[in-house]
Amino acid sequence: MSENKRVAAPKAQNDLFRKITQGPGLVSVLGVIVALVIGGLLIAVTDRRVIETAGYFFARPGDFLSAVWKAGTQSYVALFNGSIYNSAQGFSPFLETLTVSTPLICAGLGVALAFRAGLFNIGAQGQIIIGATMAGYVGFAWNLPIVLHLLLVIVFGLIGGALWGGLVGLLKARTGAHEVILTIMFNYVALYLLDFLMNTEMFRRPGSTNPISPVLGSSAVFPSLPGSRLHLGFVMAIALTIFVAWLLKRSTLGFELRAVGHNPAAAQTAGVNVARATILAMAIAGALAGAAGVAQVAGTEKVLTAGIAGSLGFDAITVALLGRSTPWGTFFAGLLFGAFRAGAVNMQISTGTPIDIVLVVQSLIVLFIAAPPLVKAIFGLNKKKRKTRSATTMAGA
Amino acid sequence: MKLELRGISKAFGSFYANKGIDLVVEDRQIHCLLGENGAGKSTLMNVLYGLYQPTEGEILVDDKPVEFSGPGDAMAAGIGMVHQHFMLIPVFTVAENVALGAEATKGAGVLDLEVTRRRIREISDRYGFHVDPDALVEDLPVGVQQRVEIIKALVREAKVLILDEPTAVLTPQETDELLEIMRQLKANGTSIVFISHKLREVKAVSDVITVIRRGEVVGSVEPSTDTTELANLMVGRAVQLSLQKAAAVPGEATFQVRDLSVIDESGTTTLDSVSFDIHQGEILAVAGVQGNGQTELTEAILGTQMVTGGSVKLQGKELTGRSVKSVLRSGVGFVPEDRSVHGLIPEFSIEENMILDLYDRPPFAKGLSMKLGEVKRNAAKQIQDFDVRTDNPLNPASSLSGGNQQKVVMARELSRPLKLFIASQPTRGVDVGSIEFLHRRIVAERDAGTPVMIVSTELDEVMELADRIAVLYKGKINGIVPAGTPREVLGLMMAGVSAEEAMEQHHTEGEDQ
Repeated sequence: MSENKRVAAPKAQNDLFRKITQGPGLVSVLGVIVALVIGGLLIAVTDRRVIETAGYFFARPGDFLSAVWKAGTQSYVALFNGSIYNSAQGFSPFLETLTVSTPLICAGLGVALAFRAGLFNIGAQGQIIIGATMAGYVGFAWNLPIVLHLLLVIVFGLIGGALWGGLVGLLKARTGAHEVILTIMFNYVALYLLDFLMNTEMFRRPGSTNPISPVLGSSAVFPSLPGSRLHLGFVMAIALTIFVAWLLKRSTLGFELRAVGHNPAAAQTAGVNVARATILAMAIAGALAGAAGVAQVAGTEKVLTAGIAGSLGFDAITVALLGRSTPWGTFFAGLLFGAFRAGAVNMQISTGTPIDIVLVVQSLIVLFIAAPPLVKAIFGLNKKKRKTRSATTMAGA
Repeated sequence: MKLELRGISKAFGSFYANKGIDLVVEDRQIHCLLGENGAGKSTLMNVLYGLYQPTEGEILVDDKPVEFSGPGDAMAAGIGMVHQHFMLIPVFTVAENVALGAEATKGAGVLDLEVTRRRIREISDRYGFHVDPDALVEDLPVGVQQRVEIIKALVREAKVLILDEPTAVLTPQETDELLEIMRQLKANGTSIVFISHKLREVKAVSDVITVIRRGEVVGSVEPSTDTTELANLMVGRAVQLSLQKAAAVPGEATFQVRDLSVIDESGTTTLDSVSFDIHQGEILAVAGVQGNGQTELTEAILGTQMVTGGSVKLQGKELTGRSVKSVLRSGVGFVPEDRSVHGLIPEFSIEENMILDLYDRPPFAKGLSMKLGEVKRNAAKQIQDFDVRTDNPLNPASSLSGGNQQKVVMARELSRPLKLFIASQPTRGVDVGSIEFLHRRIVAERDAGTPVMIVSTELDEVMELADRIAVLYKGKINGIVPAGTPREVLGLMMAGVSAEEAMEQHHTEGEDQ
């Protein structure tokens, strides 16, 4: 039995993992601020007007500075207008933000939950794909009464993700394979499996040569708010956030997962079945990612395509990191990233700033979270402590 | 060489690990630094060795102020240190380890180990170390590895040698040999700073004893000072050193281990056909030098270690082959030897650690849902019962001192009705005051009729608690002897001598004197 295998003691590497995935929230907030400022500067240096004024900087530095300020702020104002509120559309951009956030939150929760159990789940992408595939198939291929149909779509989506995640947990627990390698490979398998399926009679829309499925039946999709793309899937995301919060804080299973995440050796000594906890953590994480697939296929898109998951699975990692792997942190981080995505389109249209700058900002955020001392140094936090830390490091040497 | 610390303070944030410490180590003196764990001894030595910069105060060598920005400076000034955990590279030979960092070279940077070998032989002969320069360090016993560390310091011309808790890893015999080496070193002109919390050794070898408590010097005393007085000085209040427990009233032998064997992954037999019984209301202490199968024995009983043969029966029920949870649920209380690795989750709150292996049982859980109110109530009760010093049960366990962490583990394991209580190193790294408290709790559990198994490498603890003593040597039980067996006999048994032979040797030595 694998339970009798002695579990290794936590190592310094795990400390770093925890620091990055579960460090203080302040670092997240500051990381976002720094990333936005740098993003603004990048926007500014590529702005035509800024480049022009730089040419006569020494003659009239005021022109240059105001151009820099204008370029940066205009883009962000456009981002805000496109994601939260503008005078023409009122708050309807915000509804779009919520729509885009829904799968990010669900998949982010999956990654966060795995983080808390000490597992680096890179596999949200694959879990979303399998979840969306199963949910999508039930949605377009079966004819079922209203309510029941949607429920089955959701259940099959969750099962699909849970299988894809749980399989990784099983392989890790039984063979000791590393979950990072496993999930990366499972992502490829899922991606090409979907590619393959989309070219079969079973999935391809009749009469079409494109890899696109029939539209899901009206009984199989989330009802949406009239006049917007926002659908009931967002309520599911809220419900899942509450569920994960309960699971981690108030359930015995959550206690086990956290115990294994922090110190598997002590968890094992306390009678926790580490293998079982690992499998369950990955299965639940997969189910949460599967819910993101459901939100995509039965909410936003209403058809299954080969690109149904986009880059959601990878953005989910960023969301979980930014949310410090807490359920509500992940929720709000998902909203923020949703706003970035929703607003970026408007930004490009009204100011000409390329959408890609949003990706740059997102990447910068991750960079700053992964290197907390960098943010702390920028803001001059814990200057006093730094000396102590270097001292203790030396003592440890 | 005379070494002087004047008004040394070392602050970490607002916390002072050392405060205004004055210390003079005279030439050719063994100066003992006595203090509980966490009293600030190691911090002070790290300041002296250049690992920490003092917040205040100065260091003087032969009355001249010096400043060390790193161990290199300290070594150059003639200070050598033997750390508690050896700084040796196992796959290197003795000579390579000694040369490391100060390699003698021939032309073109070719390593010249012959010089080092010669120096090692010189030193080894002078002090009777019996160290072969070409032996691989990993093949050497712990006591010899320690000598390699001492040689390392002596090769670098150390005039003051700091020994940080050097006897923690040694058998009683090796300890006596080390004390003898220290005397010889002194005779040859080396001063020694000896850090320890073991009163017996301190009294045996020191010229002066400086007692440190909470980062401050509380007194310098003669080695002739009474043991109880030393302990009181160290703890800061009157302590009772001997437990004065009542005689055991053993009942039925409800815990039986038969031919228990463990073969580890590399194929080594770490536990070899171990058999013993423990009666209700009896403490069996398992003595032995670290690494002779103690860990495997306790883990095999708990179920985290695969057994290759034998049986473990508690009240007639077989425990081997069961899950850890099922073993715990059958009434086993288990205190693992290393609390921060196996006993606690340092990041979890004290509350959560108090139920680490009870989290899914009533009253703490109903179905999947945990009763956080009960968890809180339980923690409040245990914190009071075991006098855990904390201002908030929601603080992480890592915020507690070692002694208080150990109290959390003990409180948890003793908080349910038990049919067997196993504690490994129940007081390792625990201050004297708490040791007394924890020992009383263990005896109380015995008196309630529970079979108790204590595994300890501290002979003092074994002799204090045991009703019977089993000595483990190389994975085998090298005899089970009654309480009150002389320390010397136990020491010989821990080194592999059989019980009868050890008794005989002891008697002949007694007659010789």
